[in-house]
Amino acid sequence: MSAIILFMAVIAVIAGWWLSQQRLTAKPWLEEGSIGDYPGTGAMTMPAAKIGLGVFLAVAGSLFALFISAYSMRMGMVDWRAMPVPKLLWFNTGVLILSSVALQWALLAARRDDIDGVMVGLLGGGASALTFLAGQLLAWQQLSVAGYFVASNPANSFFYLLTAAHGLHLMGGLAALGRTTAKVWRGVAIAEARLSVELCAIYWHFLLLVWLIVLGVLTGWTDSFIDICRQLLN
Amino acid sequence: MVDVPYDAVTDVPPAEVAEVDLYHPRSWWTKYVFSQDAKVIAIQYSLTATAIGLVALVLSWLMRLQLGFPGTFSFIDASQYLQFITMHGMIMVIYLLTALFLGGFGNYLIPLMVGARDMVFPYVNMLSYWVYLLAVLVLASTFFVPGGPTGAGWTLYPPQAILSGTPGQDWGIILMLSSLILFIIGFTMGGLNYVVTVLQARTRGMTLMRLPLTVWGIFTATIMALLAFPALFVACVMMLFDRVLATSFFMPALVQMGEQMKYGGGSPLLFQHLFWFFGHPEVYIVALPAFGIVSDLISTHARKNIFGYRMMVWAIVAIGALSFIVWAHHMYVSGMHPQFGFFFATTTLIIAIPTAIKVYNWVLTLWRGDIHLTVPMLFALGFIITFVNGGLTGLFLGNVVVDVPLSDTMFVVAHFHMVMGVAPILVVLGAIYHWYPKLTGRMLDDVLGKFHFWVTFLGAYLIFFPMHYLGLLGFPRRYHDIGEAAFIPSSAHTLNAFITVVALIVGFAQMVFLFNLVWSLFKGKPSGGNPWRATTLEWQTPETPPGHGNWGKELPVVYRWAYDYSVPGAEQDFIPQNQPPARRAAQGALP
Repeated sequence: MSAIILFMAVIAVIAGWWLSQQRLTAKPWLEEGSIGDYPGTGAMTMPAAKIGLGVFLAVAGSLFALFISAYSMRMGMVDWRAMPVPKLLWFNTGVLILSSVALQWALLAARRDDIDGVMVGLLGGGASALTFLAGQLLAWQQLSVAGYFVASNPANSFFYLLTAAHGLHLMGGLAALGRTTAKVWRGVAIAEARLSVELCAIYWHFLLLVWLIVLGVLTGWTDSFIDICRQLLN
Repeated sequence: MVDVPYDAVTDVPPAEVAEVDLYHPRSWWTKYVFSQDAKVIAIQYSLTATAIGLVALVLSWLMRLQLGFPGTFSFIDASQYLQFITMHGMIMVIYLLTALFLGGFGNYLIPLMVGARDMVFPYVNMLSYWVYLLAVLVLASTFFVPGGPTGAGWTLYPPQAILSGTPGQDWGIILMLSSLILFIIGFTMGGLNYVVTVLQARTRGMTLMRLPLTVWGIFTATIMALLAFPALFVACVMMLFDRVLATSFFMPALVQMGEQMKYGGGSPLLFQHLFWFFGHPEVYIVALPAFGIVSDLISTHARKNIFGYRMMVWAIVAIGALSFIVWAHHMYVSGMHPQFGFFFATTTLIIAIPTAIKVYNWVLTLWRGDIHLTVPMLFALGFIITFVNGGLTGLFLGNVVVDVPLSDTMFVVAHFHMVMGVAPILVVLGAIYHWYPKLTGRMLDDVLGKFHFWVTFLGAYLIFFPMHYLGLLGFPRRYHDIGEAAFIPSSAHTLNAFITVVALIVGFAQMVFLFNLVWSLFKGKPSGGNPWRATTLEWQTPETPPGHGNWGKELPVVYRWAYDYSVPGAEQDFIPQNQPPARRAAQGALP
């Protein structure tokens, strides 16, 4: 459970920092009057969708941290046989990085009111994300041809499970990206599309980060790190 | 409060009303069925939760009939008994209590109490309910599939949950896991709404420290649920893989009917860790909203400000954080390292500190208050006593050496029913009596309400107090029929029969309550907008029941905290949160 504890610690630090800004030591029974009289602790001014995405990322992060926790506990059992990582995953990783870069490009274009740049970025990001998903499916196929089925070893099971969970999240993101692209296509004012583009970009970067961590776990790079965490907790 | 110089107070204009932000229903369907209005969604959540909760209530009767009079009812066999236990537990904890507190009360109260027009993502909020309904339907469908619902116990421990000896191995367990996954997806949609609405949609002047404790409780519980439910999600998905795709996440090597199964090497303990990483926060996901609501009920009905508001807020936050590092106290008998057990026993006992602070503060709020023994107040008082009772036995079970012999006995059943069954349900009932006038514009009948309270409260004690004793005798839980065991005296069987009779009576008292709900809807005394003379914003709406958008043209502006009761020198014994300071009130500008 070290991964999830670590994740919760990060969340606790963020929540603690935020709470420390909220004047939790105020004595509300003495503070009659309008809000202007007291240092600002009103509602957040960020758009609701952006806060919502932030909260959702915490939920999704918790999900992946738990998957990784389960992975690190299960890999200690005797029947674990590490699985070769298909070369294709490196290509897929490159494509996903490209996808993230494209959306960042779209975001920067949206900030300087360049509608064509936004469109290029969105389409590029979407196309490369689809390529990534196709590449993942291909990797699954290669593995099953080579005899690495989902149930033949827990390492395989986790490989399919983690890649599937990540892929499903990306597909959800693609739905949002599709809506954003359609919005820009219809020619809404760029100011209206800016937020949607920004949210897509943030989500993409998050999924890229998750993928890099998942890849690190699957390839065994993070084994020594997991060991350290386990020893710390034990 | 009176220390603030009135001259320093400047008038703040109400927030601009952005009409376009609010979704307006155009047809009967979008107004009452596929509604995006949080108040309608709240009622939908509550009715669905109550309906499935009634199923769970009937299941508990059937279990009690079997325990009280073993061998008498031929239609309850051992498998069915296990199925009843499982479904009763799962429904009550997740589909009733969680859904009711967060989906029901959360949806209704958050926007009204923070002074918002609606939740921030109304469409997602609507989806949340329909996914929840789907989850409930999938769960209910297991009663009708071949093999029936799963009988694995509400904890669904592998390997037995998916082995052929357990009832519902065919479809029951698959549908149960699918239903939980759906529930979590649906809840996440709703939960995002509750959190972001509190963060972003509070009206002017509503600082965090002016929030009613109800909102604090629901807000914190929602954050916990958003972070803890993924653990159940992961556990369910992995078990579904084990069951359907024959992976071995949790399944060790097993021989069944003399045959080696295809599983091997999996860790049942891994499931327990995941399950309880969700399962323990779940206790507080149910308890924190109850804490918040009960604080508001006590303050309102004792006409006194809540004692130690800041401490109450800090305690809620502290409990929320601590509840994530106590999960393994549910696993003392799983063969864990003694030091591990020591760590979790310590964190478990530490959590008693903020909890005790809350109890002291409730009692000190009552101290020298103007206590009105209204029905909501009775339920609130009943909650405090019951929660303390259940909490004290929690101290027993939190210690490894005491827990080990008591584990898997009726003592545990009695403990968790007191602390997270009866106690939160008393709050739910009290809250319904309290807020029903806001929902309908009519009061619930007082005589029926008092009858309901006394039968429920006393009955719950008659049911669960003797159960502690049975547990100390060593009476095991989850047994269909204990038979003649040397360590069980015959008086224990008599006691079981007694508990059953009381359980039936308490169950029927709930029917009186349901009758009251329906009868008062048509014949109840009109309540007016603020029958309890309460300060919080939901009682200050221009219409009762609140109309679409909650407020009139302007959002309310908040000038004070939620507990200005019996303020010396004030005209009335309560000052609504949106009442401007005295300078203007003197000119007659009441809300």
